[in-house]
Amino acid sequence: MGRLRTSSLKATTPTRTDFLWALAIIPSLAGAIQAEPAARNYDPANISLLDRLTFGPTIEDAERLQTAGAKRWLDAQLHPMPEDSLPATAQAQIDAMPISQKPMTELVANMTAMSKALNQITDPDLKKAAGQAYQQTMNDFAKQAASRQILRDLYSPTQIRERMTWFWFNHFNVHQSKADIRPMVADYEDKAIRSHALGRFRDLLAATLRHPAMLRYLDNAQNAAGHLNENYAREIMELHTMGVGSGYTQHDVEELARILTGVGISAAPEGPNSSPELAKQFIRDGLFEFNPARHDYGDKDFLGHTIKGRGFAEVDEALDILARHPATAHHVARRIAIYFVADVPPNSLVDRMADAFQRSDGDIASVLRAMAEAPEFAAAQPVKFKDPFRYVLSAIRLAYDEKVILNTAPIQGWLSRMAEGLYNHQTPDGYPLASDAWSGPGQLALRFEIARQIGSGPAGLFKPDEPGATDRPAFPQMQNALYFVGLRQRLKPNTLATLDQAVSPQEWNTLLLSSPDFMR
Amino acid sequence: MDCYPTRRTLIQTLAALGSMTTAGRVWAAPKTDARLLVVFLRGAYDAANVVIPIGSDFYYHSRPTLAIPRPGSNAGKPGLEAVSLDSNWGLHPALRDSVLPLWQHKQLAFIPFAGTDDLTRSHFETQDTIELGQPISGTRNFQSGFMARLSGILTRSRPIAFTDQLPLIFRGGDAPIPNLGLNSVGKPALDERQVGLITQMYKDDALAASVTEGFHIRDEVYQSISRENLAANRGAVSPKGFELSARRIALLMKGGYNLGFVDVGGWDTHVNQGAAAGYLADRLSELGRGLAGFADEIGPEAWRDTVVVVISEFGRTFHENGDKGTDHGHGSVYWVLGGSINGGHLIGEQIKVEQRALFQNRDFPVLTDYRGLFGGLFKSMFGLDSGLLQKVFPAVTPLDLAIV
Repeated sequence: MGRLRTSSLKATTPTRTDFLWALAIIPSLAGAIQAEPAARNYDPANISLLDRLTFGPTIEDAERLQTAGAKRWLDAQLHPMPEDSLPATAQAQIDAMPISQKPMTELVANMTAMSKALNQITDPDLKKAAGQAYQQTMNDFAKQAASRQILRDLYSPTQIRERMTWFWFNHFNVHQSKADIRPMVADYEDKAIRSHALGRFRDLLAATLRHPAMLRYLDNAQNAAGHLNENYAREIMELHTMGVGSGYTQHDVEELARILTGVGISAAPEGPNSSPELAKQFIRDGLFEFNPARHDYGDKDFLGHTIKGRGFAEVDEALDILARHPATAHHVARRIAIYFVADVPPNSLVDRMADAFQRSDGDIASVLRAMAEAPEFAAAQPVKFKDPFRYVLSAIRLAYDEKVILNTAPIQGWLSRMAEGLYNHQTPDGYPLASDAWSGPGQLALRFEIARQIGSGPAGLFKPDEPGATDRPAFPQMQNALYFVGLRQRLKPNTLATLDQAVSPQEWNTLLLSSPDFMR
Repeated sequence: MDCYPTRRTLIQTLAALGSMTTAGRVWAAPKTDARLLVVFLRGAYDAANVVIPIGSDFYYHSRPTLAIPRPGSNAGKPGLEAVSLDSNWGLHPALRDSVLPLWQHKQLAFIPFAGTDDLTRSHFETQDTIELGQPISGTRNFQSGFMARLSGILTRSRPIAFTDQLPLIFRGGDAPIPNLGLNSVGKPALDERQVGLITQMYKDDALAASVTEGFHIRDEVYQSISRENLAANRGAVSPKGFELSARRIALLMKGGYNLGFVDVGGWDTHVNQGAAAGYLADRLSELGRGLAGFADEIGPEAWRDTVVVVISEFGRTFHENGDKGTDHGHGSVYWVLGGSINGGHLIGEQIKVEQRALFQNRDFPVLTDYRGLFGGLFKSMFGLDSGLLQKVFPAVTPLDLAIV
């Protein structure tokens, strides 16, 4: 948001018109709003910090930060409990999802069985109907995963873990529409990504490598001795670790592909028949499989290291080399800095973060701390233009605060219209992190339309996704406590003057969400 | 790098028209009416299975499960064999009903062995290379795409990207270049007053011009599309997917936009890509219907002044891999279409397709550089002299391939 600071009490006191609207719309809010002029204003630096590190300020987060101070708040964000406690209404929605009730292996097995049964049907009409039911079920798994992620992003107190979960999923991107990834994506996002989002990069890298969603997406499940498929090997080096142009060659890609032979997926009940010696090397963990019979046991020459052919231990050795390579520290640090700070982050900032990465052996929390405490972080201008995901989430957090939404479908719809749906980027590079990918003329026009939809009413967010459900009463109350004590002071005069011309609360909301201040 | 030459006056551009006769053809209309649409097949399409070296035994040895049978080899099933283009090359059967007629009318040409000097074999890196059109060594300026530079030197240029995001190729114009994904067009809900208020909030903002252009393009595209009524015109099944987009693009380019860009994804076929039928065939079929639909929708008059170039970041391995697919390669085949191009044959330097012709023993080589190709096209289409061409593609000699 903007940086203009007005500290006089007069400027921060709601006008009479503000009160009249608030009273007219939701009488129950009148008490809360009338109480606000007496409350202290939040430190604008804290609101800026929340803008940058969370999915948008809320009154609770602002309060927590103001009380703890930036350092302690950051400590708590970077070293949270493994599981957050969400508001009961949000947790209940998550608990009711099939993806929460059954493990991935079972979801995938059920879908495989459903697919086999489908192929047995001979009647064309029945087959078509069964095919549609199968696709519907598959799609639902991805929608549930997206819904769970959105609820956590909106209501988790550990906002930085949620931001990093989005970042890492995008960094280790998989696309839901390929093959049977849809029932895998929830587990991938939660177990492979979120649980390592603030931990060690090496663990995160290994968790993605051992996940069937990644092995399916980048075809390593098909990579075998004599039938090399170098797709995953290339993207590990180009996108996940070292970055393109950092010194590896086509030869290194091919050697890594050889190292990765036999790393794949299996749902078979038992391991393959092979010699006792090979059988000892066999690994099965859920759907993950290392099949020695498909592995190339020759020695490999990878990034100047000779890797003795000996089975899955080669993969661990290669990941160690990659995770500790200086190019990886630099590539990952730069990507994080682009995401949080600036499209072209200062080299000095990237260097600090890369140093922290190397000194801590890839501890992600240390990298984030180095970033947040660097002078370049607070000083960075211009503030980044929000990508659609941050934009929508921050709008909903402002509009409804802790009043938990009951249906994420409208949010998923907006994201998909703005071409940034969850798990929906087709190629492994993930969505662009640079702002100018999202601020083209057509994109701005579309964003204003969506601002109008969010600002004009509950838009289906409070209509539970069940047959016969009706809308619960709700209104996007953006002239709220946070606005008066935290946001209003930072709006540009031109924005404030334009807001004064709104003829209805709906229009006022639309204008606020459309303003250049809220886009950043 | 300096990518913002001054705009030329209309008179200067018209003055260049005297030299516009190439290959014995002259444009029917002034050059300033020429339209260009670039179609980017993202993901590196498997060119060798689309424009097929049917004269090469080596091709058939290299692709035991993927090769498209020679014309006439599959008697009774013409849909499952290549269609002859000449004695050495054939076309994938999925394109027989859509773009083959254009070839027969000399409105389609293929340029084999085309591509870049980028050897990363990275999709993203090489797509960037092409879109930026800058020398491969040295620092890249990500705020300077080659179509934006072209737009900057053309008089009456009206550029537009038919994409959800503004592509690199159009970044860095001296005015914001509009982009709009044609699948997300709806009736504008903000009224004129609200548009005015929002515009006013941005009057001192860096995005001011983009906001104005955004509202403008929104209205123009909505009006154009709401007039189209494509299905009713023909009583046929309404077009879907890329064909629907391509027909909408045709309407907008007929209506005034003269520099267009669109991309089509889904070409990265590492596994089970299919041969005469299957995954790649389905993608091609959709692409072919789109291109033919574009030519149809824009109408014969505008089609005469229009050139469509279909490109991709690189080709794929000449040999099939172990998974009935192909991996990242090098040389590709580009397509040029247009109502008055010199089509119906393969254009550019060519070599016999055999083992020793392969680049790094695995891929088609690149004999025609994309910048030389585009530079030559721009020279003929827009009458650009060498000084102006240097602004678009520094240090590149345009190739005279006599396409237009």
